[in-house]
Amino acid sequence: MSETTVRRAGNRVFVAAVVLACVWVLVPIYLLLVNALSAPAEVTGFPKRFWPSFDLASIRFFLGFRGVTSALWNSVQVAVLTMVMAIAAGAPAGYALARFDFPGKQLFRFMVVMTRAFPLPLLALPLAVLFIRVGLDDTVLGLAFVHTTLALPFAVLITYSLFSGIPYELEEAALTLGCNRVQAFLKVVLPLAAPGIAASAVFAFVISWNEVFASAVLTIEHRTLTAFLLQSLDVSPLPLKFAGGAALVLPALGFIFAVRKYLFAMWGIANR
Amino acid sequence: MAEIEIKGVAKVFGAFTALHSIDLTISDREFVVLLGASGCGKTTLLRIIAGLDSPTKGEVWIGGRRVDMLPPRERGISMVFQNYAVFPHLTVFENIAFGLRMQRLAQAEVTRRVTRTAEIMHIEGLLKRYSGQLSGGQRQRVAVARALAMEPDVILMDEPLSNLDALLRLEMRAELKGVLAASKTTTIYVTHDQVEAMSLADRIAVMHGGDIVQAAPPVEVYRNPAARFVGSFIGNPPMNFLPAAAAGEGCWQVAGLTFDGPRADLPQIEFAIRPEDLHPADHGFLAEVRVVEPLGPHILVTATVAGVVLRAVLDSTLALAPGDHITLSPVSDRIRWFDLNTQKAIA
Repeated sequence: MSETTVRRAGNRVFVAAVVLACVWVLVPIYLLLVNALSAPAEVTGFPKRFWPSFDLASIRFFLGFRGVTSALWNSVQVAVLTMVMAIAAGAPAGYALARFDFPGKQLFRFMVVMTRAFPLPLLALPLAVLFIRVGLDDTVLGLAFVHTTLALPFAVLITYSLFSGIPYELEEAALTLGCNRVQAFLKVVLPLAAPGIAASAVFAFVISWNEVFASAVLTIEHRTLTAFLLQSLDVSPLPLKFAGGAALVLPALGFIFAVRKYLFAMWGIANR
Repeated sequence: MAEIEIKGVAKVFGAFTALHSIDLTISDREFVVLLGASGCGKTTLLRIIAGLDSPTKGEVWIGGRRVDMLPPRERGISMVFQNYAVFPHLTVFENIAFGLRMQRLAQAEVTRRVTRTAEIMHIEGLLKRYSGQLSGGQRQRVAVARALAMEPDVILMDEPLSNLDALLRLEMRAELKGVLAASKTTTIYVTHDQVEAMSLADRIAVMHGGDIVQAAPPVEVYRNPAARFVGSFIGNPPMNFLPAAAAGEGCWQVAGLTFDGPRADLPQIEFAIRPEDLHPADHGFLAEVRVVEPLGPHILVTATVAGVVLRAVLDSTLALAPGDHITLSPVSDRIRWFDLNTQKAIA
């Protein structure tokens, strides 16, 4: 076998792997879309059409289903609260990691990642008990607290890499040009970091939007969309499941796609 | 009036002492260059004067005011950074105007000063651009213009030319000298480039290991190095050093020759001579040529004298080859002596 044949064979394996990975991700999303945009009769029927009929009956049925709109509203509230709290706590931590040397810095970075090592089911029950005791159970705020805990490590790491990418010299230049530390941050660092911070906020939003376990355990009356769908999954008709699935996946997908370059930066793959 | 006084400034980073105890007085409108190899503490000293670092000990006075406890913005300084630090999210105009806007100057005054400094730095055509659309040399000009627009008492420059290519550096050097002289500010300029230091400075402060070993006008630093380090650091090629042995009252034996030297009872001293102060003669050091490097007008000859390497800059008409023997005589009033124990020059 010559060298070119080997290389060609290797290429083929690579292409096949890429195609497989794409199929793995895209086919479920495709099915979700097709069925969500088809009339209920088509959803249960067979064979399927390649293009959906763009019949909005399923969506309409989904939105008209009792409890869906309030669950959707709860999801939005929790996600927005999570986003605000994760950035409010995460961005200053990321800034501190990027700019200052302090005792225990390495340990702190490690602990930030460690928070993801505890499985949520393990924490959910004690949390539920605690929340009932302090009166946070079944509230949007209580759930947002839990989601903030989940989103915080990412907020810290993304903003850390973001602030590290902005030379400290720029802040020092601002200091010599008449700024105090706060002004230097607001006038120089913030404008440069703003797009990345927005991306990090969107990521926190998506984490909360997609989270199902804590939502299911910690809420009863005020369920988020994920928890609501999980609860009514086996009792609801097929069109509802597809429309609900699409309603969950699409915003998350769109947001993540929009901010992808900043999320890559978090792992040091690319920066701008 | 902006005289700068540095009194006993020391800086310790953990176990590392970056500055021992620096004393330096810089007069109003003087151009002082802090010169030294990397790690000698020159940038640390500049940052302490700027207020970006605080001294562990000592005082900094600018214009008769003690400033070491003040933040940078209250010191009447502006600074030009090594990597220019031009704000990427602002246009060139807004970069230069940044400090003026912080002072809440009227728009007319801001425009006037930005236009004027942009003209001085020849960047009036770039005012609408962003830093990403500029070359390194243009960014450098913006950084200097931004510092000048503040009309500061003191301009601090941290290796401002080190990121430019050789030709541009030469051009900017001459231009900076003119611009800074016209601006009538006191300037402290940090560099590791001795040619830059020589050509710009009114006075060079040579730093080594966290100390200022000599602060003197360029020619003085070159001709009369106060310490062995200064002689070996300044000059390309550097000074030659040969061991000397006592040979009676005020007489010293160096590589087989006897010279009049310091009248002092010192155990170990060295004889020093600049490479261009050695000339071929009938009487002198017996040298064996190792390497001959033509430099155009001169040749640089590396030779050994009594086992010690010696460099001489000689006329290029001289036909020399490795292995040749030559007699080199030092210009007698250019001979310097150093005490090996203190590493200092002997007067």
